[in-house]
Amino acid sequence: MVNVLERLGHQVDYPEGQTCCGQPAFNSGYFPEAKKVADHFLKTFADADLIAVPSGSCTAMIRKFYPELYQDSPQSEVVSELSGRVFEFTELLVNHLDVTDVGAKLEGTATYHDGCHGLRELGIQDAPRKLLENVQGLTLVEMDEAQSCCGFGGTFAIKFPQISTAMTQVKLGSAAQTEADYLISGDPSCLMQIGGYFSREKSPIQCLHIAEVLDQQ
Amino acid sequence: MSQSTNPFTQFQTDADRVTADDDRRRFLRTSLRGYQSTRTATQNRFLDYESARIAASDAKWEAIENLDIYLAQFADKLEARGATVHWCNDSEEARNAILEIIKKHDAKSVIKSKCMTTEEIHLNQLLEKEGFEVVESDLGEFIVQLRDEAPYHFVFPAMHLKKEEINTLFQEKLKSINTNDPEELTMVAREVLRQKYLSADIGISGANFGVAETGMISITENEGNARLTTALPKVHISLMGIEKIIPRLEDLALLLPILATAGTGQHLTCYNSQLGGPRQEDESDGPIEMHVVLLDNHRTRLLADPEQRDALRCIRCGACLNVCPIFKNVGGHTYGTTYQGPIGSVITPHLRGLKDWKHLSHSSSLCGACTETCPVKIDLHHHLLRNRRNAAGKGQGGIAERLLMLGFTVVMRRPWLYRLAGSLGKVGHVLTKPIHGTRIDPFYAWKKTRDLDDPAKQSFRQYWRARK
Repeated sequence: MVNVLERLGHQVDYPEGQTCCGQPAFNSGYFPEAKKVADHFLKTFADADLIAVPSGSCTAMIRKFYPELYQDSPQSEVVSELSGRVFEFTELLVNHLDVTDVGAKLEGTATYHDGCHGLRELGIQDAPRKLLENVQGLTLVEMDEAQSCCGFGGTFAIKFPQISTAMTQVKLGSAAQTEADYLISGDPSCLMQIGGYFSREKSPIQCLHIAEVLDQQ
Repeated sequence: MSQSTNPFTQFQTDADRVTADDDRRRFLRTSLRGYQSTRTATQNRFLDYESARIAASDAKWEAIENLDIYLAQFADKLEARGATVHWCNDSEEARNAILEIIKKHDAKSVIKSKCMTTEEIHLNQLLEKEGFEVVESDLGEFIVQLRDEAPYHFVFPAMHLKKEEINTLFQEKLKSINTNDPEELTMVAREVLRQKYLSADIGISGANFGVAETGMISITENEGNARLTTALPKVHISLMGIEKIIPRLEDLALLLPILATAGTGQHLTCYNSQLGGPRQEDESDGPIEMHVVLLDNHRTRLLADPEQRDALRCIRCGACLNVCPIFKNVGGHTYGTTYQGPIGSVITPHLRGLKDWKHLSHSSSLCGACTETCPVKIDLHHHLLRNRRNAAGKGQGGIAERLLMLGFTVVMRRPWLYRLAGSLGKVGHVLTKPIHGTRIDPFYAWKKTRDLDDPAKQSFRQYWRARK
């Protein structure tokens, strides 16, 4: 992501004090704990013009759920202002920076998996596809039910491993049908789930984050 | 589904079984894929489906926000035409009210059309124990009744069964001919049921809507069985949850097609009946008596929750189940609830207690497919999150989880500790190598079915520093 943004002429900083957005606690129902971690995020990123996030899920946490955590608190204004500066990587490129071709090259066929948070909390659907369509040598094939969940869901994947895995099994079926070389997604957590299962099942499909694809020259 | 184990253990055990049953899961997926494409086509025939959703949820919202007024209006209008309205706080009161009516009429047999609320109050079990013959007349319900099973899905009660299984069941229980032809199987059921309509003393139905303005219940169906159930026996009893109220008759003009579209992908179901009382003096048919039993059963508890009361807008179309990846992979019986799927996971903790039913809110990847599809725009998956918060706030997550979250907070607020944890993780990874993949591996739940990459040799921070 850093490489792509710099190639496009942007100055990128990585605040070294950053940790986590707090979503694991939030999704487990521990809102006060999540808020403490969110406090740290707010402090760390207070000075950024734009915050680029290589994950729809983390972006959704900050943009959609931080305001809920901080409602009726003195920081609510700061939070809503900061929320407006946080972008998922592909929406930042396409919707905000107006870039759909980053000059990347990758030979092969790919299918795109929509992460649920990016898709349904943030409405990101076209941006990654526009970017991938402009990758030289890459053919994009839609898989069946590209928008159904991969089965990750945070602690859900550990608390209910059998359901979580069954969902990924369905995902593998859809992806395999497309005969794609790559499954691409904008969310590291989906990729951990999908990649982990595909690798265990010895699927030849390679799982890549969209930033890795856009960085290919 | 075992009654003796606790709901969480039962859920996990049944989920283990169903997720391992590839054939059944494929069957469910195929059926629901059919539903989804039909429904999408029907939705597209609306001039503007999104506006229709908003209008439908507004109509239901108005009723829920003014439930006291509309319920009273509904009851007054019904009573003015000779119906009796029974106000019941809980299952027991509703069961007793219904039992009393049946006993008063010295009835022997009862015919029912589809009504999930009777499942909620376990009416059939009671009536059978009391010695009455109870027959479900909806085909799906009839089938699961013969199997002595609960409905699998609150709109498609027998969706889990293949035609071959129904054939075997009918041969065994009804001595029917050997056929896998759905039409012939339907005729077998029809022949049995026709006799039952004629001999039944009491007809019990549900209600999809209760129209306050006119004092009518509205029943949506496809088989005509509800019409026969409510018209042929001399007494008709309708059991409905208090949230089924809608303000005006004209609201049906939208709610009937939206229920059909979201529920089955039809424009309208084959039959929609509005019933406003027993047979009137100048009428020649219909029941002599009509009773409407209104059930609260903790719905008012949900009404008192300002965050989640929109769940009372639910019209029980079942669309959220049909798109839910959890439902598709664990099936309906696994939930162990009257109302399965996302809406069931949201409301069951309110109706039956958070402590025993919170696991349903955790058993979700929070993907949001339910919320996206809900025709009355209930904030379903966020309510699951709120249930999780309520459970954690009450300490129901347990000490271990609380400590884990405390540890998470301590580490994530201190970058140096975060870095240290990262390094320790790498060391730990090497040290625990001998137990990797075994049951004592801390990542066992993950690694049983999925690989996990080794921790990166270089953290992003180290890479960043080197890059600069």
